Amino acid sequence: MSSGKRLSVRNLSIVFGGVHAVEDVSFEVEPGEVFAIIGPNGAGKSTIFNLISRLYQPSAGSIQYGEQDLLELKAHQVVRTGIARTFQNIELFEQATVLQNLLVGRHSHMNFNLLSSLLFLPGMRARELKHRRKVEDIIDLLEIAQYRDARIADLPYGARKNVELARALCAEPSLLLLDEPASGLNNEETNDVSFWLEDIKHDLGVTMVMVEHDMSLVNQVADRVMAINDGRLLAIGTPDEIRENAEVQKAYLGVAA
Amino acid sequence: MQILFKTRYEDDIRFLAKTGEKVRVGLVIAFLLLAPAFLQNYYLAELGLLLVYAIAGIGLMILTGHTGQVSFGHAAFLGIGAYAHSVLLSHGVPFTLSVILTISLCGLVGMALGRSASKMHGFYLAVATLAFLILVETVLGEWSSVTGGHAGFAVPALKVLGVNLGQVWQQYYLDLSFTLLVVWAASNLFRTPLGRSMVAVRDSELSARSLGVNVEWIKIQAFGISAAITGLAGVLLAHHLTYLAPDVFGVLESLKLMLMIVVGGLGSILGAIFGAIFVSVLPVLLSFLKDVLPAAIGQQAGLEPLLFGLIIVGVIVFEPLGIHGRWLKLRYFFETFPYYRKASFVRQKSYLKTERMR
Repeated sequence: MSSGKRLSVRNLSIVFGGVHAVEDVSFEVEPGEVFAIIGPNGAGKSTIFNLISRLYQPSAGSIQYGEQDLLELKAHQVVRTGIARTFQNIELFEQATVLQNLLVGRHSHMNFNLLSSLLFLPGMRARELKHRRKVEDIIDLLEIAQYRDARIADLPYGARKNVELARALCAEPSLLLLDEPASGLNNEETNDVSFWLEDIKHDLGVTMVMVEHDMSLVNQVADRVMAINDGRLLAIGTPDEIRENAEVQKAYLGVAA
Repeated sequence: MQILFKTRYEDDIRFLAKTGEKVRVGLVIAFLLLAPAFLQNYYLAELGLLLVYAIAGIGLMILTGHTGQVSFGHAAFLGIGAYAHSVLLSHGVPFTLSVILTISLCGLVGMALGRSASKMHGFYLAVATLAFLILVETVLGEWSSVTGGHAGFAVPALKVLGVNLGQVWQQYYLDLSFTLLVVWAASNLFRTPLGRSMVAVRDSELSARSLGVNVEWIKIQAFGISAAITGLAGVLLAHHLTYLAPDVFGVLESLKLMLMIVVGGLGSILGAIFGAIFVSVLPVLLSFLKDVLPAAIGQQAGLEPLLFGLIIVGVIVFEPLGIHGRWLKLRYFFETFPYYRKASFVRQKSYLKTERMR
């Protein structure tokens, strides 16, 4: 169900105080592609995500998704264009159950008002059940059924990562922004993530942009990689090209290998 | 050990899925319905007052416990509710219409406060709501042509649809029916997207926003609902007080509401009710205690605030989840007997949260 929308970021910049966290970065993500962003710590990877999801206001540049200029939207309107995201440090609703978290993921597809909520008017029940079905599909896909009624605060780290991915999928996105999907996971869990990402790409047809440090995961799933350092673009290319790139090696190792 | 086998999605929507819950709630409602048959008028009036505070507590709980917005100004809504209703009644507006108008007024004032408070967090929000309370208290005191000023305002007799409800049991049933209505509506709220968005805003504004939740609008609505419910409690409180004075609705009353929900247990409707029981029953217990204790201790001034304070400190130190949390543990103990371990409820270490993007 790829919507065929292209993400194009042009000459994007943001300045915090005197620091150019992102400076004149341009890239395009084709529909159906898995696009990875790599770079040393503090390179501005997460900042790019926060700019796309409109949590930060860029100082220059443009971001377009399909025909839509994202800079015209507020942060809570971005998901309606089909862009969902996860966070580097897991931002789940800690005191709520997994199921409730996932239902909030459906928020952009829900309509409700004050009165129907307080009185639980008949249409409400039918709509709740419809959304529940969608949520259950995602629960099946990511195999988190055993956690369905558990509170997030009681879950281990790896499970939280999955739940956050599931919550983003519940929004039925056409573009998924994954901020370090494998950070803090062991090898086995990282392998699971790479399988799921393949599934999400092929079964759901979701375009993905991910920030990741784990190069084995990047090599497995990414079609193209963008390397940045100090907020500036170093190179864009296939994983192999990026690995051989002298600029990238210098950024990581200090000297060209 | 009881295990609930869920076979349909409705099982997660239905209230009171377990048999035990049905029985417990049924018993409580039966007790409340039959109370006038065996309680003396004094205790019945106290029970009615307890229900009124339960309503006010639920109002504040929705805002502070579920949406995470601190308000030290909720006595203002009690005040606005009590005064607006009494003034309307004294101008000949019938009870039903007056209640509807008063609740709407409180809701709108609450939304206006929410609009200005929606970008504030923590201390700033607490101070802003406190300032709002002082403002309202001052207006109630100074606008003497309408409110009677500091001299006070006599609340007209309770008369619903032309029927005089002068008897204690009649007023009690009025309190009870509004309480049941509010508990039902508040429980409804938290099985709908609106209630879930409130919890989402409390736990992580950042991810709520990126999932499409309009955080500011949710906060404004939470303030509105909360103020309307607290206003309703104010209406009922007016008929208990029978004589209104502005200083009744001051900072101490606000603190009492806040203590109620903290001691009861933040984040659950049941917690608000437990809190109301706590603040209503404790003074009665203390007055018994005074007779038992030696005069040197029992007759000391300030014994009640002291014990109140000690209990609150104790609750916060030993049971941050309040009476409701204690209740959950007790229930869990019996439901899983004999497998309960202390570790069953030890909080897991919480992982790093992004604070810098608030």
